[in-house]
Amino acid sequence: MTAIEVTVNGRRYREVVEPRLLASDFLRHTLGLTGTHVGCEHGVCGACSVRVDGAAVRSCLLLAVQLDGAEVRTVEGLAPEGELTPLQAAFRETHALQCGFCTPGILMAASELLEADGPPTRAEITDLLSGHLCRCTGYEPIVEAIARAAGTAPS
Amino acid sequence: MKPVPLEYRRVESVEEAVSALAEGGTEAKVLAGGQSFVPMLNMRIARPALLVDVNRVPGLDGIATANGHLRVGAMCRQRALERSALARERCPLLASCLPFVGHVATRNRGTVGGSIAHADAAAELPLALVALGGSAVAESPGGRRTIPADDLFVSYFTTALEPDELLVETVWPAARPGEGFAFEELALRHGDYALSMAACVLRVEGGVVAEVRLVVGAVAARATVVDVPLVGRAVDVAAAQEAAEAARAAVAPSGHLHASADYLRHVTGVLAERAVLRAWEGAA
Amino acid sequence: MSTATETAAWVGRALPRLEDEVLLRGEGSFIDDLDPVPNAGHAAILRSPFAHARIARLDPSGALELPGVVGVLTGEDVAAMSRPFPVGVDGACPYYAAAHETARYAGEPVAVVVAKDRYVAEDALELIEVDYEPLDPVLDAGRGEVVSERTFTYGDPDEAFERADLVIEETFAFPRWTCAPVECYGVVADWDAAAGSLTAWANFQGPFTLHSVAAAALGLPGSKLRIITPRDSGGSFGIKSTIYVYIALMGLASRKLGVPVRWIEDRLEHLAGSSGSTARTTAVRAGFSGEGELLAVAYDVVEDVGAYIRAPEPATLYRMHGSLSGAYRVRNVASRNRVVLTNRCPTGLNRGFGGPQLYLALEGAMNLAAARLGLDPAELRRRNLIQAGEFPYRTPSGGLYDSGDYEACLDDALELARYDERRAEQAEARSEGRLVGIGVACVVEPSVSNMGYITLVQTAEERAEALPKSGNAEGATVIVSPLGGITVRIGTTPQGQGHRTVCAQVVADALGVEPADVDVLTEMDTSTSAWSVASGNYSSRFSGVGAPAVHLAALKVAAKLRTIAAAELGCDPSEVELRDARAWRAEESVSLRRLAGVAHWNPHALPPGLEPGLHETAFAAAENLAPPDEDDRVASSAAHGFIADVAVVEVDRETGAVTVLDYATVHDAGRLLNPLLAEGQVRGGFAHGAGAALFERVVYDEDGNLLTGSFVDYLCPTAPDLPPLRLGHRETPSPFTLLGAKGLGEGTTMSAPAALAAAVADALGVEKVELPLTAPRVWEALR
Repeated sequence: MTAIEVTVNGRRYREVVEPRLLASDFLRHTLGLTGTHVGCEHGVCGACSVRVDGAAVRSCLLLAVQLDGAEVRTVEGLAPEGELTPLQAAFRETHALQCGFCTPGILMAASELLEADGPPTRAEITDLLSGHLCRCTGYEPIVEAIARAAGTAPS
Repeated sequence: MKPVPLEYRRVESVEEAVSALAEGGTEAKVLAGGQSFVPMLNMRIARPALLVDVNRVPGLDGIATANGHLRVGAMCRQRALERSALARERCPLLASCLPFVGHVATRNRGTVGGSIAHADAAAELPLALVALGGSAVAESPGGRRTIPADDLFVSYFTTALEPDELLVETVWPAARPGEGFAFEELALRHGDYALSMAACVLRVEGGVVAEVRLVVGAVAARATVVDVPLVGRAVDVAAAQEAAEAARAAVAPSGHLHASADYLRHVTGVLAERAVLRAWEGAA
Repeated sequence: MSTATETAAWVGRALPRLEDEVLLRGEGSFIDDLDPVPNAGHAAILRSPFAHARIARLDPSGALELPGVVGVLTGEDVAAMSRPFPVGVDGACPYYAAAHETARYAGEPVAVVVAKDRYVAEDALELIEVDYEPLDPVLDAGRGEVVSERTFTYGDPDEAFERADLVIEETFAFPRWTCAPVECYGVVADWDAAAGSLTAWANFQGPFTLHSVAAAALGLPGSKLRIITPRDSGGSFGIKSTIYVYIALMGLASRKLGVPVRWIEDRLEHLAGSSGSTARTTAVRAGFSGEGELLAVAYDVVEDVGAYIRAPEPATLYRMHGSLSGAYRVRNVASRNRVVLTNRCPTGLNRGFGGPQLYLALEGAMNLAAARLGLDPAELRRRNLIQAGEFPYRTPSGGLYDSGDYEACLDDALELARYDERRAEQAEARSEGRLVGIGVACVVEPSVSNMGYITLVQTAEERAEALPKSGNAEGATVIVSPLGGITVRIGTTPQGQGHRTVCAQVVADALGVEPADVDVLTEMDTSTSAWSVASGNYSSRFSGVGAPAVHLAALKVAAKLRTIAAAELGCDPSEVELRDARAWRAEESVSLRRLAGVAHWNPHALPPGLEPGLHETAFAAAENLAPPDEDDRVASSAAHGFIADVAVVEVDRETGAVTVLDYATVHDAGRLLNPLLAEGQVRGGFAHGAGAALFERVVYDEDGNLLTGSFVDYLCPTAPDLPPLRLGHRETPSPFTLLGAKGLGEGTTMSAPAALAAAVADALGVEKVELPLTAPRVWEALR
């Protein structure tokens, strides 16, 4: 068992974890942050995506022990109190979520894209989404939502 | 899908890493980006007793040029290399295949060295290393050695690295004047492992090909260099078709779930032809 | 008779969803987010690696010795503690929640380990010793055991074929695929030994006929099996109907081990052992006049349901029974239906549910006829479509099509697709040697299934001896609390379709309030919800019968509110209008809160005959859904939408890669309760249909090993992989549903494979192509 210290959504946690505990399980079951979802545990569906030291990564492909000393952001940290972010609001406007299971992972990946220099092109948004599976929406409303949040011109 | 019970050690230096690998022998595995490796852990296909986490070893993620080569630290994240203006400028073939490597999210975490050491026959970076005639630098308790790409990749998921060796750097010949390059891939979905790939680098002098290297991948146990009769010629459609036939003759793929052997062989030729033509046009 | 709501203000509006805020914040309440009962053990399932094997010995002792393991449930335990799941077909191999003596598909459960966490449970699986004696698997559906065979004849097909100028004969194969939702199955089972009852939390989607099936297997009266669904479910598309098998399995584990058992399925398990669509081979025979009139169509169907026939199968084969003639006026129809077993995972509901398979064959036959007769495929459709004046239209097999204007829809689709221009472009492309193709599909999308259609598996004589089955009903409850808050309870188990929002719109109109003032509880509890065997979310039944149940319950509440208000305002209830959360008579008004106050706090003041409180339940029943008649005709669905699609593709001659240049779809689903959500369903249905057409196939090798066992090999399309979609809508309201709405969740899943297959065949200049249309497979067709 290993002691780790990790900051999640601005709050510091100290926990003792087994080396093989996946970061996705750590966030969901050790810390109780169930907004991050698990869809495949082999890095394809992207539902488990969170931001570790700024980078959007699949939490099912990280061990909890690897989060020691890291700063993590999950979907719960996007708008902890008060209004939804423009990105989240755009998802609602364009009906970019139906069951909502893939949504947190996409929000976290998109949040990183939106912090890059200059608004992303629709091609870049579509390319980002190639790492995320959604079985409900057909993706187009998601592309539209991210484009709106970025202020990207309509296609 | 949860990993088997295992020990974990996060090392802070290359010395520590290789010493841990030496201790653990075949039961120890390096944990770098984890994008290929952790799925195998989760599926219990990989069952190491010890994970040696090298993500905090400093100094292994640099991108620099030296003596006509681009030197990329093993722990350089694929995304960082993709965004590197230096890489794009000095090593355009490498830069052109990076967008095909997995997805943005996996490139955030996946490393250049990890992809090379993993040696998936359908992976782009090993193919590019062979196409450019690059090499890898490995360190062990016994010292450091440089392994040329042609010797590095042995077979499916198998390199010439010893159990106690850590890949620390990859070396990519930089583009020279008169060179053209092209990378072609066919995958079923965007970002999937390739069904077939072809990379071509050629140098033109005096209006004809002076040097050429054509490599095909995903259809053999490792990237395969194709002998193409192009030196001294201009590349026209006929020459490109000869290259296609040479590529087809150089591989003997097995059919699999998604494609027949005939298809894989055929399409390898198509990609080789396209790569050769585009490399020629790029050199102009 | 349908009744439109009187002053509909909210229904019909493209209102953004009330569900979204919580989901966007990561505060969803999915099954694995719940911790409903303390001290639950965590389960992992040992599954057969063989497609067919005798289980000679199973020794769990190694697992039992591992620290942290609570216990093991074996297949032998399951056989001793439960009965086979009832199914509509007699004499088939008994199906239990785990295999005992023989495993019949790779991935079949053979034992369950329960441990302190999932990690330890998986360690323990490796310590169970099993001696398998492999047997030969049957993987060719043509050689599988036939567990059911029935033949149906309507009109006089033989005579019609005799006089036909052209008879098309062709075989179409629709491969097995799966909607594979991003969230897998999850069950928390808690056996109460003292009460002899099981409570199971699970992301089950219904139909709740399967509650009875699970209860019967467990030897429980229905009242002793309590199934509770979480508020949120991560997609289902039919796949989460057969989770009842795992509810039973985990219930037995809980019963044996004396602890609650929590099982969260992982992706590898899901792809191997949950569910999927049937694989169907259809030999079509279609007779046409020289002018292209479809005179007769006959199907010879072999339906592969996997290793066991399990409820609700063979529903996939019979769901479309009323629509065997599709969108066409043909009166002579026949079908030979054979259900066969192969050593693969058992099948179940999967979006489209029989429709994709039917239309690949029917539309495929139409395209062949068009080619042979030298007619444009759209023109051939036009000559055969049921005409607008013919509705309600009774099909030869008993289907009752409520409404539609099929030809107008087709015209819309052709215009949206710029059909004539595309044909001209195609001619030019062809002259340049490019492979461009255009495909058309016209499909009728049934919704709101008749619970009786499955009894067609029996002959009329056999049916006469049993309790008939029919109808599709749903219950809903609308409550106004003592302080005036409004709550709705529904049993339609949504998985993203926005039921909460639409229900709020419906109630807002009925009570004169805002949707944001209406709380909708989507959790279903078989002990406390108002439900019927038809409850759940499948066959796109929400708009046709779910929302109407809510509407009826709300109307009951509205009537009561008007009666109380009339007493307060000194008028007749018919003069009272509900608006802006108040009850009005001319300029005078009283608040809803006050009216609720009277009902709850001052019941003595209620007008005579009124019960205290404001708590109304209503059941809505879909119309016209009688049991099958003695001639085997059945109105298999209550409402019928229509879709016309045009697909334009180009095929790379060298690689076989298919690029969809354009896809236009026009959808008529009657009255749209919320156009924003409706478009979402069409897009999602298209994504699944295009996925099945272009990428997705569940593949087993010749030994019955599952080759598409992870998302690396089972290819779900991602954003860059899906073609762009252009949509149009038409609305011909249904005269048979209370709100005039029809289901629309499945139509484009039914049409897209047919349209895309037609387009690729057209591009290649061949008669037919095999799904999925991946580059390597298309290239083989090119050779």
